[in-house]
Amino acid sequence: MDLVTIGNMLNTALVFSTALILTALGGILSERSGVVNIGLEGLMTAGAFAAAVSAYHAQEAGFGALTPWIGLLAGGLFGVLFAVIHAFATITFRADQVVSGIVINFIAAGSTVYLVKQLFEGAGETSLVNETFHKVAIPLLSDIPVIGQGLFNAYPTTYVAFILVAVIYYVLYKTPFGLRLRAVGEHPSAADTVGIKVLRMRYTAVLLSGLLAGFGGATIAMTTTGSFSHNTISGQGFIALAAVIFGKWNPLGAMGAAIFFGFAQSINNVLQLFDWSRDIPPEFIYMLPYVLTILVLVGAVGRSRAPGALGEPYFAGKR
Amino acid sequence: MNKVIRLFTKDSAVVPLVAIVLGLIVGAIIMLFGGYDPILAYRSLLKKVFGNPYDFGETLTAITPLIFTGLSVAFAFRTGLFNIGAEGQYIVGMTGATIIGVQVNAPWFIHAPLAIIVGALCGGFWGMIAGYLKAARGVNEVITTIMLNWIALHLGNYLVNTFVLEPGKGRSYFVDDSAAVTIGWLSRAMDNARIHWGMFFAILAVIFVYAYLWRTKSGYELRVVGFNPDAAKYAGINVNKGVVKAMFISGALAGLAGVFQLLGVFLNQPISAGHTGHGFDGIAVALLGGNTPLGVLFGAILFGTLSYGAAGMSFGADVPPEIIRIVIGSVIFFVAAPGIIRWVLKQLRLRKNKGEVA
Repeated sequence: MDLVTIGNMLNTALVFSTALILTALGGILSERSGVVNIGLEGLMTAGAFAAAVSAYHAQEAGFGALTPWIGLLAGGLFGVLFAVIHAFATITFRADQVVSGIVINFIAAGSTVYLVKQLFEGAGETSLVNETFHKVAIPLLSDIPVIGQGLFNAYPTTYVAFILVAVIYYVLYKTPFGLRLRAVGEHPSAADTVGIKVLRMRYTAVLLSGLLAGFGGATIAMTTTGSFSHNTISGQGFIALAAVIFGKWNPLGAMGAAIFFGFAQSINNVLQLFDWSRDIPPEFIYMLPYVLTILVLVGAVGRSRAPGALGEPYFAGKR
Repeated sequence: MNKVIRLFTKDSAVVPLVAIVLGLIVGAIIMLFGGYDPILAYRSLLKKVFGNPYDFGETLTAITPLIFTGLSVAFAFRTGLFNIGAEGQYIVGMTGATIIGVQVNAPWFIHAPLAIIVGALCGGFWGMIAGYLKAARGVNEVITTIMLNWIALHLGNYLVNTFVLEPGKGRSYFVDDSAAVTIGWLSRAMDNARIHWGMFFAILAVIFVYAYLWRTKSGYELRVVGFNPDAAKYAGINVNKGVVKAMFISGALAGLAGVFQLLGVFLNQPISAGHTGHGFDGIAVALLGGNTPLGVLFGAILFGTLSYGAAGMSFGADVPPEIIRIVIGSVIFFVAAPGIIRWVLKQLRLRKNKGEVA
């Protein structure tokens, strides 16, 4: 395997990883505040749908190169809309968080396809958007051999994702807001006694998770597909959830996990290039990312510790 | 009137009924916004399901796998495990049954039972992998079952491709008649709806899960593990063994869903690019049924009826059938958050009381 191939592989991996990183960051914020978010899949679906629809209209209205950015923003906002349901049910009404997440997945899958059929006269897919994101090479850095091609010639959303990893890491671990958010997830009643507004913190975290997962879904629509149909998001939300747990609820860890998943996905494309690997039944190559994930979890990670109060609704009067 | 409201505000079996009504209302409101006629839509749904014997039979056929996957998820939930992997266990169970059904030659009284048992064991084994990894290595079963779903999809395709593929067809050979569990005379009586014995096994499975979890020591232990693993350990229950056992049974139940879909409905297994969704729907059914066996039965009936009837809605009232997933999602939402129902009713009552004072 020569170095150019490795560079290309890295490049493909990052395309897969971007959506996972953004969504996983959302998952981390929500779960760190004590709210399980199994609805990431649905939030991504909502994001991809809103991105495809609004970008289509933006393109028709002549927004040109701004189009995918409008799509991205719309995706994030639509994700927030669904996250409101999750927050309302789990935080205000103390519904079971897992159940609510499943419901989000259900309603997002149903309502987006329903709306597509309504908006596009019965078609199962939104009209294709041509004005999507293009890869941007960063001057100088992209001239570095191998790594330059691999890392610094990517979609703008990939750079956004990496910047957000740094931002959220900083916010979670270096700011009072982050400390409060984590405190609410570890021990809400202790946090309450020192004056932290538990419910407000949780609302903030869950809504932000909707924004980020919406971005995640939107990046898929705005880079890979250019449209939205029922299978635009097929399981990536669950993979992002796996990245959250795999990365031990830490932004850097989740980023690593997301890149790993992306890398494992791109192996599919690369293994077909060589003589020695061409005879491997394709099914086994498709399986590889998932098998690798399990093996890594078994071997390297071991017991991961979730935030202390994850999954528990907060009653102000409860001790 | 107050008596009726008091009935609703109590924790009772009425909450699910209110939830169903509210879910249907949510669907109706959305249809109104879209410019559709909700009354016509729901009437078309019912007409589709109960309009003729064929569609009624097919509705029963749609309900059957949901009972199994719903039981599978509910069983795991009772042991404190979240089995997102019914989808994968379904595929592996189906693949096991396909291979036995196509490759083995035996009289029907051996062939069909063998295919059913092998399929159930395959599904059980697939579930057990996640149980073992949880027990031995502490790996979160949510991740492993998600991963195993995808592995199962590709493994199933590989096995069909390698052992039972009918060349050029993109699917396996049909299983031998001796392995099929169809009920010919009943199907013919219902205009060739695909009626099969799986439905009766599904009812048996409901009884089994109830009897096992609530009437045996071993089932009791699993429920204790689900309630409080620390207490279970203190009481001398082998928690790890319980986790593996629970995932085996849960996987076998999901596997049976695949087995009966194959031996009773499809009779051949296609190479598939994606999941069927029966496993994920099982999560919804389990939640609808509050994770009790009888609840799962009713949940599956509701889910299956609405989903099958949805086709009638698009035919009769031009409504995209996806609306029904919003309805089902809303019902689960209201079942899971009975607080919302009580809150709404309380507001209504307060307003009414205020009206009386004034």
